[in-house]
Amino acid sequence: MGRNVGVRNRLGPMTGDRIFRFSISCSSFLMIFILFAIFATLSYFSFPAIKKVGLSVLLRKTWNPHAGEFGILPFIVGTLLTSFLAISLTIPLSLSIALVLSEYLRDSKIATFLKGGIELLAGIPSVVYGLWGLTYLVPVVREVAILLNKTPYGVGVLTSVLVLVVMIVPYLVSIATEVMALVPSDLKEAAYSLGATRYETIRHVILPYSKAGIIAGIILSFGRAMGETMAVTMLIGNSNHIPRDLFGPANTMASVIANEFQESTGITFSFLVLIGLVLLCITFLVNILGNAILKKTGIVREREVSCL
Amino acid sequence: MLVNGVVRVRKSQQPVRERTRFRILRDKLFRYVVFLLSFLILTPLIVILYHISLKGLKVVSWDFLFSLPKPAGEQGGGIYNSIVGSIYLVSLGFIFSVPLGVAVGIYVSERKETLLAKLTGQLSSVMQGVPSIVVGIIVYCWLVLPFRTFSALAGGVALAIMMVPLVIKATEETLNALPSSLREASYALGVSYSRTVLKVLVPSALNGIITGILVSVTRVFGETAPLLFTSFGSQYLSYSILKPIDAIPLRVYTYAMSPYPEWHDLAWGASFVLATIVVTLNILTKVIQRRWKVRF
Repeated sequence: MGRNVGVRNRLGPMTGDRIFRFSISCSSFLMIFILFAIFATLSYFSFPAIKKVGLSVLLRKTWNPHAGEFGILPFIVGTLLTSFLAISLTIPLSLSIALVLSEYLRDSKIATFLKGGIELLAGIPSVVYGLWGLTYLVPVVREVAILLNKTPYGVGVLTSVLVLVVMIVPYLVSIATEVMALVPSDLKEAAYSLGATRYETIRHVILPYSKAGIIAGIILSFGRAMGETMAVTMLIGNSNHIPRDLFGPANTMASVIANEFQESTGITFSFLVLIGLVLLCITFLVNILGNAILKKTGIVREREVSCL
Repeated sequence: MLVNGVVRVRKSQQPVRERTRFRILRDKLFRYVVFLLSFLILTPLIVILYHISLKGLKVVSWDFLFSLPKPAGEQGGGIYNSIVGSIYLVSLGFIFSVPLGVAVGIYVSERKETLLAKLTGQLSSVMQGVPSIVVGIIVYCWLVLPFRTFSALAGGVALAIMMVPLVIKATEETLNALPSSLREASYALGVSYSRTVLKVLVPSALNGIITGILVSVTRVFGETAPLLFTSFGSQYLSYSILKPIDAIPLRVYTYAMSPYPEWHDLAWGASFVLATIVVTLNILTKVIQRRWKVRF
């Protein structure tokens, strides 16, 4: 102990504190710098592409690197289409699960079981979903396509959407359950004491109260669906055209990068980085929006605690 | 009817009994639908787990776990290099991300009032949503282009970028949840600021920080996309930080996309190993979360 004090005195009082403060603020700066560097790098490497065709690249419909045609509209459409379809199927499923977990079977054994199952789903890696989809889902979708008189590709938008749904449900469930748990029980009890049924309580108390949080969760899940790469890459069929129907192949921004990045050189490389930049910007905005709304609901929660 | 907390009397005065019957029916119907939709999600879960075990267990053996991949056409071959590679890459990610993440987390929670802390806190939540494939591109530009080779280093950095936001959030949130009495007691004993944080606050928050780190490790263990253009994958056992290295998810991808049926079987085996590891990590996280929970 005595020696320790001596060392500290030699360095001057509070030196340790100063070094500590300095190093934690430095690491914080580093973090901001990394984020800045991410955008700078992507902009730098995609600059040749932007210089070549300008922003019209976002609206061109043909992607054919060999012929020197670069339009990334098919991928933007593909990404938005798959994510939108996936999220619209995810919403009813997730909200039902959240209601069961936070209302109907709160703290029961079945709820623990259901929750464990959903956590398990969340834990399965994307690439395993891809493999599963490729082996078991593709033949089923192909059969359905034959029944409906469509071209039976098997892989395509629908297949990716189905797997995406399974992958996103756990994410939205966790946010929705958390938000619904914030509904004060006196509000619910008030509704019940007025003779409201459970449906009416959910419809008129729980859902309105947790609306903002649920919307934030939906937005964040949408962002996640857009960035999801591996399973979609394996299942969407890699066609560089704007998808015409649900059974047909397409490509998303993430999947075209995963497929073509390694072999790309020169201007193609630059365009693929540009696609990455566009994807990053979209998911970034989506995440900022979602987090801002979630934060707002968080403030409501804090105020309530202090009121009590 | 309840609207905004005000009970409104319905205009059309149906007979009360009929109306009640309808409300109860609607309630029941809603419950059935909700339960049906909820348990629907267990179908894919059961099917996927069944298929992974069915196809995986056929392939997995000691030989599969502890031998190297064989060229196409030859029987057998294992994923030993991928298992080693995955552990190697995640360890690298751990080394790069944990010190940085914990330090930033401390800063964000300690200096809440500063602009830098607010900005960092916000950005690290937003960074959680950066698509993994974009992380791959960035690290490719940073570390693969200059060195002219795919490397374990690049893979580790890519995983670290995925892990850092989670570590920051976990550290920040657990530190925020600590009661101020801890800090005050330490100051009252004349302990300096840095020692208070490092020897009192961080150890008290260790449970949450370790949980956060485990969550991030679990998440990146199954990641393929950031490794595609960084660590790239390899057929050989490699311990060099500047050479390409394999990972289990990469192996699953390579085998799954190959045209050979026997490789598909190997993909299932690797998937089984991967899923087992991830699920084990998940359970470990839960146990630690429950066991070490410090209550104040």
